[in-house]
Amino acid sequence: MAYVAVKGGEQAILNTHKLISETRRGNPDLAELSLAQISEQFGLAVDRVMTEGSVYDRELAALALKQAQGDAIEAIFLLRAYRTTLPRIAVSEPIDTSKMAIRRRISATFKDIPGGQVLGPTYDYTHRLVDFALAAEGLERPQAELAHEPLDETLPRVIDLLNDEGLIEEEIDESDGEVFDLTREPMLLPAGRDQRLQNLARGDEGFVLGLAYSTARGYGGVHPFVGELRLGEVEVEIVPEELGFPIAIAEITVTECQMINQFRGSVDRPPQFTRGYGLTFAHNERKAMAVALVDRALRAREFGENVRYPAQDAEFVLSHTDNVEGNGFVTHFKLPHYVDFQAELQLVRQLRTEHEEHRRKATGSEQAKEAAE
Amino acid sequence: MTLNTKIDADLPTTPQRADWLGILSRSHAGDLDALTAGIVAAVSFEWLRQPHVGLVMVRGRAGGTGQVFNLGEMTVARASIRLADGTLGHGYVQGRDKRQAQLAAIVDALLQQPDRHEEIIAKVIEPLRQTEQARRIEKSRKAASTKVEFFTMVRGENPA
Repeated sequence: MAYVAVKGGEQAILNTHKLISETRRGNPDLAELSLAQISEQFGLAVDRVMTEGSVYDRELAALALKQAQGDAIEAIFLLRAYRTTLPRIAVSEPIDTSKMAIRRRISATFKDIPGGQVLGPTYDYTHRLVDFALAAEGLERPQAELAHEPLDETLPRVIDLLNDEGLIEEEIDESDGEVFDLTREPMLLPAGRDQRLQNLARGDEGFVLGLAYSTARGYGGVHPFVGELRLGEVEVEIVPEELGFPIAIAEITVTECQMINQFRGSVDRPPQFTRGYGLTFAHNERKAMAVALVDRALRAREFGENVRYPAQDAEFVLSHTDNVEGNGFVTHFKLPHYVDFQAELQLVRQLRTEHEEHRRKATGSEQAKEAAE
Repeated sequence: MTLNTKIDADLPTTPQRADWLGILSRSHAGDLDALTAGIVAAVSFEWLRQPHVGLVMVRGRAGGTGQVFNLGEMTVARASIRLADGTLGHGYVQGRDKRQAQLAAIVDALLQQPDRHEEIIAKVIEPLRQTEQARRIEKSRKAASTKVEFFTMVRGENPA
């Protein structure tokens, strides 16, 4: 037996709704945050909520963050709940990241890449010193520089350029056209790469990051290099039934990470670099890199590697990435478990009585034995 | 279909229509509203599909070229209309703005009318295209300002 429903407490619950509303608002002397302010100035928080909430909609994610007082997991929960109220209109054509309008693109493996390395907006080369100038309001902030020329319209994927020798595994679609969808069917093992990549894209950033870290520390044996990390805008195309031809319906921001990993080769395969892939909505670089590492770790079986560590174990990884599920299960323990606990209490009391009796009998017979001697 | 060959010859081609539908879908609601203000008010139409919001599942490919997978959903508003002469217009826009979807559908229908086509392209589509292009180029120039050359510490590779 677990949770048993309770009744009552209506007034208290109504009052807590009022209290949380007031708490969320904070000091009423201060201006209330607008959704546009959240979306524009807390952009990366919005990006995370869209990615793990698995709904690309900046305004909605900003609203969820406002409602959740900035609690990312609560906001993700709100977005997931909202999506269940909407019909599915279509499924897109796979996005083409080679046609991305690049805002950032770096490679840790090759310094001279056609089109160049573009740092874009990043905290990588900042000093991580608290900037007290930001605390002052109304100051003029530094503006971006404008180069004379824009970047090339499309920049080829680094990894595709360097595959002439066949040193890097090629990614070819060998599936039957069926694409697993976690929003329509429950997790299924063994999980194909489609299911794994969807699961990881929606997965909790912290958990996936931890798993990725574990692989790099020896619990998974990957030796990764970032072949390419790119951020920018891609078109989303669908083929509406009424039209019968593809049309673009949106432009979304995505982050893509191509990780290159060592592989010794096997009887069937010559030594070759293998790949791990991470793709997320919006600007989520840490997440995209972590996904790429865990994706590679989960391919262990495919390459005939021993599955020895948590990050290589699909059942363990895929069952625990979802923070809405994890949050639901872990935090439900705070709900009233009165009946459940009463039963346990009774059981412990009974066991203690039995234990007492048993001991008394044992000592009793011992004394009798001693007396007889 | 074969009965309509004469009319079809006047109709814009599929790539042209896909192009303007794309421009409309990526437009900013305020821009579309402003550009169509004097155009759509006089248009009478009936709903084929009332404006509504739904989700599109966005897909990617492993490694960019491999197995297809579901990345996540996005919100989309859409609407379909029919003009008095039977022309159908479909509007799809990113996000949840139903009015923007309605405007897009009306503009799509008008663009298929030979006598309105040129005018609507000039007054709505081209300005939207230019706005989009300008926005894209500005972003790209800002990115280009952060282009970097890394030098490894090997003799002979230092910058001149």
